[in-house]
Amino acid sequence: MSGLEASGLTVRIGARTLVDDAHLVAPRGQVTGIIGPNGAGKSTLLRAVAGVLPHDGRVRLDDAPLPRPGSRARARLIGYLPQRHEAHWPVTVRHTVELGRLPHQGLFEGLSHRDRTIVDDAMDRTDSGGFAEAPVTTLSGGERARAMLARVLAGQTPVLLVDEPVAALDPGQQVSVMALLRAEATVHDRIVVVVLHDLSLAARICDQLLLIDRGRIVQAGPASVVLESPDLEAVYGVPFGRGRVCDVPVVTPLNGRDPSDAGSAHPDRQGLRSISL
Amino acid sequence: MTRAATVKGTGTVTMTVTATLLGLMLVGALGGLMIGYVSYGPGEVLMGLVGLGDPVVAAIVREVRLPRTLLALEVGAALGLAGAALQGLLRNPLAEPGLIGVSSSAALGAVIAFHFGLTTWASWALPVTAIAGASVTTVTLLLIGRWLPGTLPLILTGIALSSLAGALISLALNLAPNPYALNEMVLWLMGSLRDRSMDEVVLALPFLVVGGVLLLSGARGLDALTLGEEAARGLGVNMARLSATIVIGIALVVGAAVSVSGAIGFVGLVVPHMLRPFVGHQPRRLLLPSALGGAALMVVADTVARVLPTNQEVMVGVVTALLGAPFFLALVLRTRRIGP
Repeated sequence: MSGLEASGLTVRIGARTLVDDAHLVAPRGQVTGIIGPNGAGKSTLLRAVAGVLPHDGRVRLDDAPLPRPGSRARARLIGYLPQRHEAHWPVTVRHTVELGRLPHQGLFEGLSHRDRTIVDDAMDRTDSGGFAEAPVTTLSGGERARAMLARVLAGQTPVLLVDEPVAALDPGQQVSVMALLRAEATVHDRIVVVVLHDLSLAARICDQLLLIDRGRIVQAGPASVVLESPDLEAVYGVPFGRGRVCDVPVVTPLNGRDPSDAGSAHPDRQGLRSISL
Repeated sequence: MTRAATVKGTGTVTMTVTATLLGLMLVGALGGLMIGYVSYGPGEVLMGLVGLGDPVVAAIVREVRLPRTLLALEVGAALGLAGAALQGLLRNPLAEPGLIGVSSSAALGAVIAFHFGLTTWASWALPVTAIAGASVTTVTLLLIGRWLPGTLPLILTGIALSSLAGALISLALNLAPNPYALNEMVLWLMGSLRDRSMDEVVLALPFLVVGGVLLLSGARGLDALTLGEEAARGLGVNMARLSATIVIGIALVVGAAVSVSGAIGFVGLVVPHMLRPFVGHQPRRLLLPSALGGAALMVVADTVARVLPTNQEVMVGVVTALLGAPFFLALVLRTRRIGP
């Protein structure tokens, strides 16, 4: 199969199983979304696939096993953008984006002309060229998100794993960042896997969706099928309204379900939901 | 067009900084050879270095001042480089080899050598025990780092080990076999480069070179760490290997430096901090300039310590601490004000 395939992924920390025997298929040229409530294991699953977290199970790319986690060979295939956009020193945005080229550089090698072109291109595409020389620590949340996205794009990896890329962004930027990721998949024929909270955005951008709840994948398949499934209500514990606005799909949580009813399915979420309702 | 120019600019600035520091270091070293109880002109010193001119001047320059100057350069470079590498690894501008207990356990190793009179038995006992002390701490830090990943446990473990080493040093002083040994240990703990010979210069050199190469080889990983451990892993940085490389490198250079000079603090803190803005805050570009800057600062501080008009020669460790401690305090206050 042409794409990314993970099977039997299990992540344990101490006695807790955060991801339990997950199977994931992310086809090339498509955007695959991971959705689920807070604490369901979305980010953990993504981190396991990225190889930054110890895990059981195997991940294959185009039917070949991936190089060892933490190796540069793997970093040349898989670009991973964590949810937290850490920046510990006030280096410029340009230098931050240049870090995306690290897996392609030799031990004492500098940036080649080609590296610089790729870096410029990544900044152009994320519209972060305007603050290229600003210290990355002085950026707004939205600017930082774009700079970090440019960093991961500069790696030019066949696989992009992106955790909550739009969390800090206003609606306009959310749509443009998601369109950018979509273009990475469809135009540049990459495998894009993205963790999302916004189900309408997921409906709009993702081809495939994985619905995950308490470490287990509950539903996987084409986005429309997963979003239509009653599992969505069961997992999030609220009813959803589904429709189209100006020909854009919308999936939005509704009020009205009896808290005690849903609470019986998910006793651990009852407290939270009774606040939101 | 402007972008390409800026990119080139960053590299050129780093080169300029490096060249300036190299110049400062050489001027400082020349000053160290010229200035002393009797001062000589640069011509006399250079003649003396190659064994020409007045044989007395040649003897003083080559036998007394040259080893001391070379040691100052070695120790300063070691401390500056170790400080820059450690700050990069821990992503904390307040980190210093003294902080994670490496310096104090190296000092403990050396004090043990004094206590049991090993130093009179063999000259190499001191560096060996100091590096052994630094290594014990380093290995402990690595093992604990494997159990508890992250930088906070590393710093806390380092503080605990540092306190332990301090207590054991006090114990060794407390139980000193004779006043002479006590005196020797106390003076040595203050940090000095007095009465050193080429033996010490040669003894420390291999450890410094191996440690220095290890630290420089981690440069790329330190750059990636700017984005945090997780992103660095995603960029193909083997975090376990990077930590091991940096920590072993620090143990080697700091152990070697401490063994020949005693405990000299704050060079590893002050130098990287002052140079960081000049290299665009990039951890990778900070390493070499910090080594050069440390060497320059140390050779100047040692010359100052030598010429201060006091009854007893002031220990260079006292000079660096007097300058460094207020600097450290100012840094902490500044961090508090502008946030990390």
